[in-house]
Amino acid sequence: MGRSFLDLLRLNRQFAAGVVLLSLVTLFALLSFVSPYPPNDSFVVPPDLPPSWTNLMGTTSRGQDLFWLLTFAIRNTLLFGITVAVISRILALVIGLVAGYSGGLVDRALMSINDTFIVIPLFPILVLFYFVMKDHMSWSLLALMMACLGWAYDARLIRSVALSLRTREFTETGIFSGMSMRRILVEEHLPYVLPIVFSTTMNNINWSIGFEVTLSVLGFTDINTPTVGVLIYWANQHTALVAGIWWWIFFPVLLVILTFIGLFLLAVSMNEHIDPRSRLGRSEG
Amino acid sequence: MISGYPLYLLGRLGQFALVVFIGINIAFIVTHATPIDPVEQSIAAATQFGSTSPEAIALMRQSLKELYGLEGGLAEQYASFWRRVAVGDFGPSLSAFPTPVSVLIGRALPWTVSLLVVSTLLTWALGNLLGGLAGYYAKNRTLRLAGLLAMAFHPIPYYIVAFLLLIVFGYLWPVLPISGGYKMNMARDWSWEFIGSLLIHGILPVCSLALVGLGGWFMGMRSLVSNIVTEDYVTYAELGGVKRGRILGSYVMRNALVPQITGLAMSLGAIFNGAIITEQVFGYPGVGTLLVSAVHVGDYSLVLGITTVSIVAVSLAVLLIDLLYPLLDPRVKAR
Repeated sequence: MGRSFLDLLRLNRQFAAGVVLLSLVTLFALLSFVSPYPPNDSFVVPPDLPPSWTNLMGTTSRGQDLFWLLTFAIRNTLLFGITVAVISRILALVIGLVAGYSGGLVDRALMSINDTFIVIPLFPILVLFYFVMKDHMSWSLLALMMACLGWAYDARLIRSVALSLRTREFTETGIFSGMSMRRILVEEHLPYVLPIVFSTTMNNINWSIGFEVTLSVLGFTDINTPTVGVLIYWANQHTALVAGIWWWIFFPVLLVILTFIGLFLLAVSMNEHIDPRSRLGRSEG
Repeated sequence: MISGYPLYLLGRLGQFALVVFIGINIAFIVTHATPIDPVEQSIAAATQFGSTSPEAIALMRQSLKELYGLEGGLAEQYASFWRRVAVGDFGPSLSAFPTPVSVLIGRALPWTVSLLVVSTLLTWALGNLLGGLAGYYAKNRTLRLAGLLAMAFHPIPYYIVAFLLLIVFGYLWPVLPISGGYKMNMARDWSWEFIGSLLIHGILPVCSLALVGLGGWFMGMRSLVSNIVTEDYVTYAELGGVKRGRILGSYVMRNALVPQITGLAMSLGAIFNGAIITEQVFGYPGVGTLLVSAVHVGDYSLVLGITTVSIVAVSLAVLLIDLLYPLLDPRVKAR
């Protein structure tokens, strides 16, 4: 594990760039713990100041220091992505491994349900969800909902690996020596699928953050918990662009784009690393 | 025993039915998860402005109760919910009373469908073509640069890309219309002027969808092609003196297109999400804009109507791709 991480850093520029980007973003999010202002207080600094040495990213029309506010926002946004990823990973692993191992009818039934979740357009459903929840909508509720809807694509990938693991000799040996299905899946098959799980986790975080930003920019989430999307929502509410407060929009958008590209680079390079053919091609030149 | 194409057909139809069934059930569960009384809340929101006759309110309450499925026991609620969905009757819209929801959706749907069809076909064709070329001519610098650009935009969500285009073409360099589907107050008479206005207003939505979408097809096709070119039959064709363009077109890309078609069917839901989000940014008069404004005015029947119509429409489109799939992959018929 440690060795392949170093290999990736050394041989794969995409991976190195992704790690650098995400480290910067994470570091920025960690700064929220030393913020001089609580995230929900307004009018603690003069409003509408452009970026300067005292207010690195300027101040908002609500009298908040954008730099410190953004540290909280990106922290919440990242946490959201990680929460969704962890819950949906568990679902994807269970369904993918069981489907691949069992094969036959179980596999077909599970994959039909799986494909359904891939096809269904989620945006209207999430909007409907917000519509019926309204003020009861919270950050954690949305995370749970997204996790329940966002496991399918990765379950399919995991299942395709599990399907081939099923025919390997060590699986037969395990069955004949009386291992239970649960033990075979957890002890024998899980280590083989973990590399894919890592790469799909990055994609999943990207996906869920993307939805979170979109829904909150439209105001379809809990708009009192600062996330990057909520920040842009308030900027739009105060017509920041028309008023010339460009920094209120610019910095959140920049930060979230850096996060997306960082996660994406990690996912792509890890994916390549898993496939030995393309890995060889890269180290040769 | 049925086999071959009929079996395939049956399987796809079954999958279609399952998608609709599960999708509508999710909608039912979601609408029943609410801790508040949605009917009274909706009516309060809808009658807030101006006076509404008591008969109209009674009619509203009736259809809302059925849509929310609050009449009778749970089984009865479930049945009446399905009955409404099956005939496409979502009652009158609360915000545009008494226009039926189905009429509003019917008006918006052509916009969304045409935006989706144009942008998806364009993105898919261009992404696959460039990706195929980039996989075959791996050392070409221009293609590498194109790949880098496509990949840079790919991970950014639709909303942000659309928003960036809006800022660039709305504030920094205002040359393109940033809102609406055609010039305001223009007669919709299918004159050249009107069609031109339609096209110009479509540029930004289509471009922002294409910017996000290109990278995925590009990368998929590139890796497929770079794997296929190492196959023996390609080397054989090269040694046999078949022209490189022909090898790429008829032997390499054609095989690589098969998984890309499956990919298109699988990502249609996500593309649809992107399209309705993009519409909202550019005020394009499609389903997405309708959905967002329906939420803002508290029009429950319209939100539910759009959700169910979206589920059915996307799964129909997937079914259509599935039915065309055997044309490209003859193995389906032989099985």
